[in-house]
Order: sequence, then structure tokens, then C-alpha cells
Amino acid sequence: MSSLFRNRRGGHMISLFGKTKALEAQTEEFCNKVSEGSLAFRIGLLAYLTGDREAFAEKQRQVSEIESRADQLRRDIQRRLYLETLLPESRGDVLEVLENTDKILNSCESAMWQFFIEKPEFSDEVAGEFTKLVLTVVDAVDALVLALRAFFRGDQSISDHMHKVMFYETEADKINHRVLGLVFDSDSDLSYKNQIRHLVLHIDYIADIAEDVADRLAIFSLKRAI
Amino acid sequence: MDIAVVVFLSSGLFLGWSLGANDAANVFGTAVGTRMLKFSTAAFICSAFVILGAVISGAGASHTLGELGAVNAIAGSFMAAFSAALTVYAMTRAGIPVSTSQAVVGAIIGWNLFSGYPTDIAALLKIAGTWVACPLLAGGIAVVLFKLTTMVVAWAKLHIYRLDAYTRLGLILAGAFGSYSLGANNIANVMGVFVQANPFTSFSFGGFATFTAIQQLFLLGAIAIAVGVYTYSKKVMLTVGSDLLPMSPVAAWVVVVAHSIVLFLFASQGLEHLLANADLPTIPLVPVSSSQAVIGAVIGIGLLKGGRGIKWGALVNIASGWIITPVVSCLVCFVALFFLQNVFNQQVYKDSSYVLSEPVLDEIERRGVSTKKLAAFKDQRFDSVREFRNVLELEMTIDERDESVILEVARIDTILINNSKLWLLDSKPLSDEQRAAMWNVVGRKFVHRWMVDRALAEASDSWKSRPATKKNKLFNRRLQQDRRIIYDVFRIEEKR
Repeated sequence: MSSLFRNRRGGHMISLFGKTKALEAQTEEFCNKVSEGSLAFRIGLLAYLTGDREAFAEKQRQVSEIESRADQLRRDIQRRLYLETLLPESRGDVLEVLENTDKILNSCESAMWQFFIEKPEFSDEVAGEFTKLVLTVVDAVDALVLALRAFFRGDQSISDHMHKVMFYETEADKINHRVLGLVFDSDSDLSYKNQIRHLVLHIDYIADIAEDVADRLAIFSLKRAI
Repeated sequence: MDIAVVVFLSSGLFLGWSLGANDAANVFGTAVGTRMLKFSTAAFICSAFVILGAVISGAGASHTLGELGAVNAIAGSFMAAFSAALTVYAMTRAGIPVSTSQAVVGAIIGWNLFSGYPTDIAALLKIAGTWVACPLLAGGIAVVLFKLTTMVVAWAKLHIYRLDAYTRLGLILAGAFGSYSLGANNIANVMGVFVQANPFTSFSFGGFATFTAIQQLFLLGAIAIAVGVYTYSKKVMLTVGSDLLPMSPVAAWVVVVAHSIVLFLFASQGLEHLLANADLPTIPLVPVSSSQAVIGAVIGIGLLKGGRGIKWGALVNIASGWIITPVVSCLVCFVALFFLQNVFNQQVYKDSSYVLSEPVLDEIERRGVSTKKLAAFKDQRFDSVREFRNVLELEMTIDERDESVILEVARIDTILINNSKLWLLDSKPLSDEQRAAMWNVVGRKFVHRWMVDRALAEASDSWKSRPATKKNKLFNRRLQQDRRIIYDVFRIEEKR
């Protein structure tokens, strides 16, 4: 029976659905990793902002591990989709979504590296705004992961999550402007201002990616709606 | 088998090949075009099920083509099939969507016109009606099915990969069903014109299963379709898959299922039987166009989505095909028959003789047709159908319905129930009672078919027609086929 399907690995019917199940599990795990990564990112940065460098370093390691596991999962899913020519119609869409979502974790990781290397110092006021920025960005990623799960599971609730992504992204932009306003209004060196700007933009960029992915998801789910 | 017979059958095989090349794409085009299935998988399933459908359920639709006109010489059958195939080929090259069914009907009418035999207008209307009904019905079924499928898919909340796997399986099953229906419905197009001039003979396996002559003929045609599928349909499938409206695999599945249901409805004798027994109106068994069923289904889904993106030009093309295809095919057939007869000296039709004898006039009267106008020609013999029809139409001004009764009754067909030929019936699908009744008529000679019918009906109830009700329709049709066996076995050629 398996030869009836575009499936190079042999096996039979039951194993085909078995493979489908394995792929489902991998995709779920990928979503979990994105969610876990963003949570670790949040805890790590909040620890940094409260001066707990040890906790920050620990979370930074964790984010790196999660990121490389997610990379591995993404590659594995991609390989399977191509080798077994699954989802011929929407394979490109799915791969695009996976790749862009993976970029969120990359950005989380590189932002943490930036903090680790540059060791920026913040005034209380800026640290407060920074905390809000991190929380909002992670909220956007959370909402995206829910939308992503709904997309894969064929759940109609996808739009319920998508509008939240948009909302958090806009909020993140506002905070971003506030932080930059605060920093550039201060008497600090231009070099310091530039350093903070890069950090703010880097973190805000995570919400931007989440919004981009959500936009694509909206279109793909329309396409999927038969 | 005579080598000439093989040559003559070749045009039917050509028609079958082109049907396989084109129409298989309707069944598996979207699946292969979207790469949901491998071509080799699709071709195998398609070929196997086309053959099964043709051999098991192919007889229904071919009967209706037989009503339209019975091409009775194999050279004529050859030319009818060849003209149809040529028309399909030429019009496809010209980019005009074309249906094999319509081309074949045109060719049969061309043969009727050439040979002088009348075209059964009622049968023609029945066939043309189904051409209109086919896309409409496919559209309606697609709409309902699409609604249901969307609801089920939304309710089931299938994971994207699982939906993919189920859709593949669904496309395979729907494709198998579609191929079966295609074989059952469209084999009549390919081999229908050869039924009357069938070179095969029936045989039975140990007395419990019979492989009828028609089934053998259909098997041959179905193999030609399968060859068409394997050799040429890949290209067409890939174009169909990418040319059609952008559709999700699930929508593609709906289209294939709707198409298959429609073809099945117009081919299933079992369903007809069921409907007739429940006293419901039956669906005529007619070869319909599978391409038009697909287009109907796609447009149905398009309308459901609000009518955007529908190519309305396609509708105009379909409607124009209803007229252009049969007309072109009819003309091609007529001209080609002329050449075949006069240049190549082939007998393209068997003419018939008619006589208006006393018993014939009585029988005509009994069938409710007035013989007043016929009386002047009493006992006169006419040696060609054309001559007789000219007299009937021009000198007696008899209308079409009456004319068909008169033609049937007055036709001379000398049948001698010869003792030495009775054994030939052993291999025929007749009941024991029917066989036994033959002994009561042994040695008798009949000049007309209806005389045989009457003598047999007197001999046994198993040879008696039942009153023409819906329920009895199938019985009577079957009986007509059995009678035809008797005519064919015991006919003797008379010098004219």
C-alpha cells in the first residue's frame, strides 16, 4: 500500500500514518521550543535588568540549547517534507513559517549574546521601560506560538491569536520609542545612546518577526480554508 | 478472427486510446498535477479500474447508443469510430474542448444519414438532455459535497499532515471510483458502434459464469484506454493539474468525487433497477462527457465561493461543444463513408427489405398505427430502407413516430429456427426455460422479427414482454437482448 503514496521509505499503510504522527510530534515540539525559548529569554533578561548576572548566564545557555534543538527539528521536518513529498501544495508555506519562526529564537539568542558581551548599564527608569519591552515582545511570541499551533492543528481559532500578535507588536513599538526618547533626551555619551538603540531595536525586532510570521499565517490559513 | 476485423476494430482502439489519454486526466489530473500522487500509481489504478468498470458495468450506456442507431456493418463501425476519433483529435488540436460522447453521437447520426436508416429522435433528445444535465448535476453534487467536506474538516480539526495523508488516500479511492465509472460510462463511446457488428462470441466458464461477446469487446476497448493512460496521459494530467482554478487538494478531491458520481449515475444498471423497483424516475444510461462533469463541478465550487475567478468562457465553450462536435463528426463520418463505399468498395451498411403484406398491416394496426395510407401499397416489396422511407414520407406523409413502427414491423428478416443450430444457444446467456421453449418453434421459418417474438411468447411466458411500466423496463430490455441473440443465431441470408 505504501507504494501508492509518494513515499520512498517503504513500509505500509499503518507506518504511513505512524510517520504522519511522528511529524506531528516534531512540529509540536518545535512550537514548544519556540515558546520555551522566549520564556527563558524573558527570565534571563529580567534577571540581567535586576542585576542577577548568574541567572542571566544560565538562561543564556538554555536559550542557546533550545535554539539549536529547534534548528535541528526544523531541518528534520524540512527534510521529511521534501523526501516524502508531503504537503505538495502548502509545503513552501509551511517551510517558510518554520524558518521565520526559527529566526525568533536566533534573535533571542543573539540579543542575549549582545547583552553578555556589551554588558550595558541602565538607569532605573530605562530599566523599567526595558522590562516592559521584554514582557511585551515575549507576549507577542506567545500569541504567535498559539496561532502557529492552531494553524498546524487545523483549528479555526487561529485569528483569535493573530490579532494579539499585532497588538503586542504595536505596543512594543510604542515602548521602543519611549525608551529611545528617554535615552536620547539624557546627557549620556552618544556612544552609549547608540549602544542602547541597537539593543532596543534588536529586542523590538523579535516582535517584528512575530508579526511577519503572523501575517503569512493569516494568508496561508485563508489558502488552507479550501 | 479475420484480419480485416482487426483492421476495422483499430479505429475503435484509436478512439479508446485518445479517451485514455484525455479523460484519465479528469480523474487523476489534479492529484498528479499537484504531486499528491505519483504518475505511475495513478496510471496503474486508473487502468485497472477502467477495465473493471468497462467489463462489469459497461453494457448499460452502450444500449442507449444502440437505440440511436445500430451501425450494422463493421466497415461502417470502423468509419463511425474513426470519424469520432478524428474529430476529437482535430478539435483538441484546435483548442476547442471536445467530448468523445458528442463526437460518437454525431458519427452515428452521420451513418444514419448515409445509410438511410432513421435516427431515433426520442433517443437523441434523451442523450442531448443528459449532456446539459451532466455538468449541472456535477455542479450541484460538488456544492453539496464541498459544504459537507468543509464542515467535516473544520469539525475534525485535523492536523495539517494528517489532512494531507487522508487527502492522498481519498484521492486514490475517488480516483479508483472515478476510473471505474469512466470505464462503465464511456466504454460505450469507444466500442458502442461495434456492438451490432461484434466479431466475438460468448463463452462460459464451466457453466456458472459467462464471458459475453460484448464483455470481450469492451475488455479490448478498455485495454486501449489503459494504453492511452500509460502512453500519453501524463502530459495532459500535468497540464490539468496546473491549469485548473487554484484549488486545494481537498477541493480537488470534491471535484473528482462529484465527477465520478455523475458518470456512475449515468452508467449504473444496478441503480436504475433500484430506482425502478421503488417506482422512482430512472436516470437514462447514456455516455456523458467526463470533462464537462469536471468543469461543472469546478464551476459549482466557484459559485459557492461567491463566483469570483470563474472563467465564464468555459461555459460558452461547453455549450458550443454540444452543437459543434456532433455536427463536425457527423459531416466527417458522412463524407468518409462515401469514400469508403465508393472508392474502397466496402460495405458500410447492410440494407433492409420491407414488405407491406397482410399480416404486417394487421400487426401495424395492432400497434395502434392507422394503415389507411398504407393500403395502396399492399403486398408491395421495397428493397432498400431509403426507398421505403421515401415512399412513407413523401407519398404517404406519415409522421416520424408512426414511421418507426412501420419500419420495425415491415422489415424483412428471415429467421429459420434450425434444429442443427440449437446447440449454438448453449453458450448464450439464456434461461433454461427460454432454451426449452425453443423446441416448440423448431423447424419454423419467420419473415419478420416480431413473428419470432410472437411465436416464442406463445411457447413460454419467459419470452413474453411485460406491460411497459417502469418496473418492467429492465426486464423488457433484457428480453430484447435475448431475442436479438435468437435473431443473430438463426438469421438466414435471402437473395434479394
